[in-house]
Amino acid sequence: MSLRALLETRLLPAILVVAIVIILPLFFPSTYYYRIGALVFIFGLAVVGLNLLMGFAGQVSLGHAGFLGIGAYSVAIGPVYFGAPSWLCVFAGVMLSGAIAFAVGRPILRLKGHYLAIGTLGFGLLIAIVLTNEAGWTGGPDGMSVPGLTLFGWRAHGSDAWYWISGITFVGGFVLALNLMESPTGRALQAIHDSEIAALVLGIDVARKKLTVFIISAMYASVAGSFLALFNGLVTPEIAGFLRSIELVAMVVLGGMGSIFGSLVGAAVLVVLPQVLTVFHDYEQALLGLIVMVFMIFLRQGIVPSVAAVLAGWRK
Amino acid sequence: MAELLQFVFSGLTVGAIYALVALGFTLIYNASDIINFTQGEFVMLGGMTTVFLSLAGVPLPLAALIAVIVTTAVGLALHRFAIAPARGASPVALIMITIGASIFLRGIAQIVFDKTFHSLPPLFSGGPIRFGGATILPQSLVVLAGAAVIVVVLWLFVDRTMLGKAVIATAANRLAARLIGVDTRRIVDFSFAVSAAVGAIAGILITPITLTSYDAGTLLALKGFAAAMLGGIGSALGAVVGGLLIGMIEALSAGYLSSSYKDAVAFVIILVVLVAMPQGLFGRVKVERV
Amino acid sequence: MRAMQHFTAAAAIGLCAVLGAGLPASAQIKIGSVLSYTGPASFLGDPEKKTLEMYVADINAKGGVNGKKLQLFIYDDGANPNNARTFATRLIEQDKIDAMVGGSTTGATLAMIPLFEEAKIPFISLAGAVQIIQPVRKWVFKTPHTDTMACEKIFADLKHRNLTHVALISGTGGFGKSMSAECHKVAGKAGITIVVEETYGPRDSDMTPQLTKIKNAVGVQAVVNPGFGQGPAIVTRNYRQLGIKMPLYQSHGVCSKQFIKLAGAAAEGVRLPCAALLIADKLPSNDPQKPVVVNYSREYQKKTGQAVSTFGGHAYDGLMILTGAMKRAKSADKAKVRDEIEKTKGYIGTGGIVNMSPTDHLGLDLSAFHMLEIKGGDWTLVPGT
Repeated sequence: MSLRALLETRLLPAILVVAIVIILPLFFPSTYYYRIGALVFIFGLAVVGLNLLMGFAGQVSLGHAGFLGIGAYSVAIGPVYFGAPSWLCVFAGVMLSGAIAFAVGRPILRLKGHYLAIGTLGFGLLIAIVLTNEAGWTGGPDGMSVPGLTLFGWRAHGSDAWYWISGITFVGGFVLALNLMESPTGRALQAIHDSEIAALVLGIDVARKKLTVFIISAMYASVAGSFLALFNGLVTPEIAGFLRSIELVAMVVLGGMGSIFGSLVGAAVLVVLPQVLTVFHDYEQALLGLIVMVFMIFLRQGIVPSVAAVLAGWRK
Repeated sequence: MAELLQFVFSGLTVGAIYALVALGFTLIYNASDIINFTQGEFVMLGGMTTVFLSLAGVPLPLAALIAVIVTTAVGLALHRFAIAPARGASPVALIMITIGASIFLRGIAQIVFDKTFHSLPPLFSGGPIRFGGATILPQSLVVLAGAAVIVVVLWLFVDRTMLGKAVIATAANRLAARLIGVDTRRIVDFSFAVSAAVGAIAGILITPITLTSYDAGTLLALKGFAAAMLGGIGSALGAVVGGLLIGMIEALSAGYLSSSYKDAVAFVIILVVLVAMPQGLFGRVKVERV
Repeated sequence: MRAMQHFTAAAAIGLCAVLGAGLPASAQIKIGSVLSYTGPASFLGDPEKKTLEMYVADINAKGGVNGKKLQLFIYDDGANPNNARTFATRLIEQDKIDAMVGGSTTGATLAMIPLFEEAKIPFISLAGAVQIIQPVRKWVFKTPHTDTMACEKIFADLKHRNLTHVALISGTGGFGKSMSAECHKVAGKAGITIVVEETYGPRDSDMTPQLTKIKNAVGVQAVVNPGFGQGPAIVTRNYRQLGIKMPLYQSHGVCSKQFIKLAGAAAEGVRLPCAALLIADKLPSNDPQKPVVVNYSREYQKKTGQAVSTFGGHAYDGLMILTGAMKRAKSADKAKVRDEIEKTKGYIGTGGIVNMSPTDHLGLDLSAFHMLEIKGGDWTLVPGT
């Protein structure tokens, strides 16, 4: 197979990601790096889901952290109030997020453009407000502690354990998303992104496809939220907040909308950058803002598509 | 009755604040289709700059004027150095640039100003106005008046001046405007500058009520954006009505339902309205050409 | 000018970070700190950061602790518990600190506690909630007064004035929620009944609806406002705007001159429990805290140009308790230092006189709080408190 053909298969990105997950720890000087890696994969998972919604279906969501919150609190409330094992609560969170996405998605996805942005923003804020106020269930603004994950008697503890759990899950989610994009649903989504009217004319059930991808992206975020809560041992309403939603959108856009691989890159940039910028102390925030601006001005399609375009240009 | 009146006054106070911020979003959107999340920082800069200048000894009116000029310059710089070079980028990328810019401005504000809270003296000293058993601050009326004046000035500008017509033309169809000789880049420059100035004035007017700090912009931008969308993005009147409506809903919810959920009620109502009227209360129905 | 200094400092820090990786570990004692000096709690974290930096430099200039210099690692969590935990991991695994003074907010502190307990590193927290030290955890201590103590002090004063029915209006943030929960817990024992409860968002600009409900509620004799930031100032202004005559009590979250400035004339007659630090100059000359608080106020004002803050004071106390323990232990060994922190007796700090024990990792009692009343735009001490 020629190099070009290989590059265009689905296999290469999957192999690349597996390679990254396995090889990276060889370079880790301390457990701290495992934590960073785990966070990158956890957020990367949520970003892949959001990318399906924003990049492929072209629907903006400024409230996606709400689903992070649902997943996170599922693994907090479930074990504490219902005695359910944590791994079951992860699934419960996924089901709950899917159900809420179904209920909320139908009306909200009728909105377009900035109106959809405000609709999803409102949704995210509502989740955050409920989580903050219902202290009896959620522990209120200071949150509640989350019992650790136990699988077949093995306790998932420590940054290195979570690195592998989140890495493997990310690979799974990554491959699933790639498959989805190559499937008829994925093609329909791309058609919708290009022109909803044309897609309608072609007979695609636009509303249903949009709802499907909204539900799928909600489920991705829920798993990510559950993992984050289990990893940290603590969950607070901030996880569902507006700033968290903006962070997710930034990861999608920075990495490249419509690029599944870009989701990982975007997550990596926004998780690692604040760690690197700590040396600048008071200037940290200003620099972060400046870097985001510079990236978006010069690599306006996102890092991965822009770099790919440059490489393609060289090839000629 | 006095109780209801007090809630209404509270709603007007808070609503007028949202309305002023929402107007800033509308202006830039009209000229360039961009949602500018830095609008909150314009409001913050207006208030904080005035505070710090007057702490340094500059007389208040002069401090306010300088603050408006500085903020306008920042708005222009934002367009020139951050937005204009990214012309042709997708709408989401442009929004991300404005978000990056707002983080940047907040970061700079932390260093130039400080991290604590500040206030400004109200325009009219003297106590609250009592009416029908309820009280309202004179400054709330000042903010309302400010919003009204800005709407009227904008309407006159668009209706009576050539420059205003050029802004409308740019908003309607950029290419067509350029074809008839409108310098669209200048127009967008201008709209950013005016939005920044409106934001700064808003900041100076509302600070006596809301207090200010280097990160006051974030929540204001959120509420202002919501108000602008509720009213129908692109309509100045809609922005004001949207703002007042959200303020009223919050105050009445706090008064009659639950103070913890007042923001939630407001957002639920926004969602319901938007689902029923997908282009907002006064928004133009966007015709999608195939 | 300041920017240039900042830039040079940043460049120097950058250089140090690079070089610091090569320094032998035994040459310095490493103290870690995760503070919220940006974000919604920045007016807590900022004075804490400035205080720690000031006094670490001061201690180093005087020869360090046990002959070794202190090296301070400060990270900003932006009041986000996830970030706090990441930086705690970094401090433990990467920077390999000997002790930790930090955690501006309760959420951040709670997120970090399990890590420090597991790594067996002494952790002195700068956050307010009582659940940080109750139940007592072996490696966790704290310096700020608990919200329980604030409620108790306020209720004692209310009882003294024969006011037994109160309304609570609290901020929806962690501080307000936690304190109002604690006030509920101690109300019965203090003989106080909470009649009405309202809340407001931390950045709300008008609380007149909530206060109107309180004003019209039957049987309310006084109002207590748990909260910090700008909210309490707006509550106070609205209180006067509505012409409410009942006594208003604020919490220890607003023990700062800035509160009086923001609330303006409306602050007249407001009472709140504060540490001696606020009334440094007005303390009687035989008060044991006077030299410490006057000195700290003066130094802080001189070095930063800003008025002193109780939060900075907590950081000062944390650092002094830690270095005091290190001196007594004659080493930086984590277990020995922890034991000595627990044995802190008679330490006179900005927050009060600290006497710790294996069952009390805070060491303050109600006498560490003074009931203050705002008169003529300044603090006055309510006699006998």
